[in-house]
Parts: sequence; C-alpha cells; structure tokens
Amino acid sequence: MARIVHYINQFFAGIGGEDSAGAGPALIDGPAGPGRRLAELLAPEHEIVATVWCGDDIASGMAADIVDLARTVQPDLVVAGPAFTSGRYGLACARVAAAAEQAGLAAIASMHEDNPGLDEAGTAPVVASGEVARRMGLSLDRLAGAVRRLLSGEPLTAEDGRIGKLARRTVMAEASAAERAVDLALARLGGDAVATEIPLPTFDRVTPAPPVEDTGAVMVALVTEGGLVPDDNPDALESARATKWLRYPLEGRNALAPGEYRSIHGGFSTAWANEDPHRILPLDVGRELEAEGAVGSLFGEYFVTAGNGTSVANARRFGIEWAADLRHSGARAAILTAT
Amino acid sequence: MILCNLTSIAERVGAPRIVPTRGIPYPTGDPSLSPEAEKQWRRQLLERALQALQTAVHQPTVFEVGVPAQGEEAHA
Repeated sequence: MARIVHYINQFFAGIGGEDSAGAGPALIDGPAGPGRRLAELLAPEHEIVATVWCGDDIASGMAADIVDLARTVQPDLVVAGPAFTSGRYGLACARVAAAAEQAGLAAIASMHEDNPGLDEAGTAPVVASGEVARRMGLSLDRLAGAVRRLLSGEPLTAEDGRIGKLARRTVMAEASAAERAVDLALARLGGDAVATEIPLPTFDRVTPAPPVEDTGAVMVALVTEGGLVPDDNPDALESARATKWLRYPLEGRNALAPGEYRSIHGGFSTAWANEDPHRILPLDVGRELEAEGAVGSLFGEYFVTAGNGTSVANARRFGIEWAADLRHSGARAAILTAT
Repeated sequence: MILCNLTSIAERVGAPRIVPTRGIPYPTGDPSLSPEAEKQWRRQLLERALQALQTAVHQPTVFEVGVPAQGEEAHA
C-alpha cells in the first residue's frame, strides 16, 4: 500500500475563501475536500494519509515548506490538485510537485492544459483536469487512474491524460539517425510537410515593440485585467472567463475614489482594491507624472477586463483590439496592471 | 509593459517589459504601508515602468524597482 499526501488550496480544504488566501500551510490527517473522493477511488490499495493545504496568495512561494510538511508523514507520493484553470492554485500545485520530486519524493499534479502553472512542474508528471471545478468527478477519475499507473511503476503517457513537457527517455531506435534523417528528407521531398521527430511547441511569440524614445513626449494609456469598473458594474463585466473588455473615461479625473469604483475580479480578494482603486489602476500617480512632464499625457480612457480563467483565444483577441484601438487613438505606450 | 506579481508567468507568455509588484491583489499598492509610503511605492513602480518603456528589449525582461535589468545601464 502506498502512502499519499494530497496537496489542495484553502478553498478545497474547507478552510475559507479569499479571506484565508494568505493562511497556511498546514497539515490535516487523512483526506479532505476532493481528497475524500480520490481516497475512495484509490482504496484499498492506496491511502491518503494526510492533506496539506495552503492559501492561494502565498502557496506558490512556499512549495519547499509544503513539501517539508508532507515529509513529516513519510509519504510515497505527493498528489497536487486538481487545479482546473485557476492560475494561483495551478502554479502552487506545479511547484509543490516539482519541489517534491527535487526532494526525492514521487509527485503528480492535475490541472487543465491552459493553466499557466503547467510548465512549472519540473520533472513531475501533470495530468489533465477539466476546465472548472464542475468537472471534478471526471478529473478525479483520471487523476486516480494516473496515480495507480505511476505507483505500479509504469510511465504516464498522453493516453493517461498526461500533459505538459515530457521527460526524454532513452530508447533504441529501429534505424540509425542517418537513415531516419534521409527518410524524413525523402518524405519532405514527397510533399509531406509535417513529418518530424521533434514536434515544436506552438508558442505565440510577440516581438517586443521598440522602446519609446521619451515617455514625456507621448500619450500613455493605463489598462488593466484587474476587473476595476464603476461601482455598479454598468456593463456587466464577468468576474471569471471574461468574454469582453470595457472602456471607461478618465478625462477630468485625478483620482479614483473608493465607493465609486470596485473590482469585480473573481480570482482574488478584492478588499484591497476596493479600499483604494489606485492599487489596481494607478491614476493618482499617473496624473502627477503627467503634471511633471514625465508622461506626455495620459490617454483619456482606461481599458479593463478580468483575467480569471479567461481563454487564451479571448485574451489574445483583447490584446489585439487594445493595441489597435490605442494605436489608432494616438497612444504610444501602455501600462498594464495584472493581478 | 506589465506590472504584476507573478513574473514567471509574464515571462513565460512572452511579456517584453515586466515590473514586479508585491502582491497579486494589489499590483500598484502595498496595504502594509502607510498611505503616504504606499503612494511613494506606487510612484517608484510607475517611474520604473516608464524607464522600462524607454529601454530596448529583445526578450521578456524584468525591471525590478532599484535593480538594473539584464543589459540595462544602472539607473542613478
């Protein structure tokens, strides 16, 4: 029987929501939250002996502490997640799994393949979860299958739901590199443009724009994905999985008063943003820099969306639309605040 | 340029100019400070942002407040 420690965030551990996002890490005996179902799926061969949880705001920087806590109960395996598309939680799960492997402990994480934490899992395998917690059941089924396979010593493949970078393993090829290279060259000459032994990732690399010569001579825009909107959220910006972005006037305004603006972002505690909206959109200092000449002028509106589980396709569209709009409006630089 | 706390994500997705901040929920603030000190911190962040905008970069580059970025001349 393998001893498993399950890592989850404060929310799934039942400790609390955003009010507890700075708490932990701590260890609980046995399974908790989604770990209860996972434990059922893994019984009787394997046991979740403990759960370690940590608050989302601090967990990604505490992976080593989390692994130290896990080690106090001598596990054979650390399981992290599922984290779905949650950015903070996914990053934490990936880093916990990476830190566990680095400490000589087997580990596995579960998250959606769009999760920005995916590439941080180091040598630990990651299996796909659903997009949102509604997919918990299916995600746990797949995670349990992957855990069983891992504990039986078999490698995890894409068929097991494995995602992210795969560790390279040494195998004996059927033909020498020279023969395979000639075969590929012949295939290419024969019109096969995709045959390859090394598929390249499809990263969307943006060439950095050249610098602005003097920000004191140009119009600069303030934009944010922090969900800051007029207090009644008049255009119903979504707090998660946003499908749109909005624009609100800044002309004639030198400050953003609490009570007049608030953040509707669903991915973090908005208490600090609502107490002082400048913590999301720095209009006060922007106006000062404008008056001093360090900024030529501030663009007369700000653009806003909520970057919380937003699909890459939508985010790309927002970026393209913002850039086009600002360029057309005469702005030559943008300062984007991100949460 | 982007002001954010999770700079590793910003670098991975290829944001060219990145200024690191102190907390996920308050990119241009720090509630642990007095209001005056917090505004001063916000000013430092924005001044660094303006320096970043005026610096040529060829890859995701982090411009920490008070720390010269890779390939950047030290700021007075």
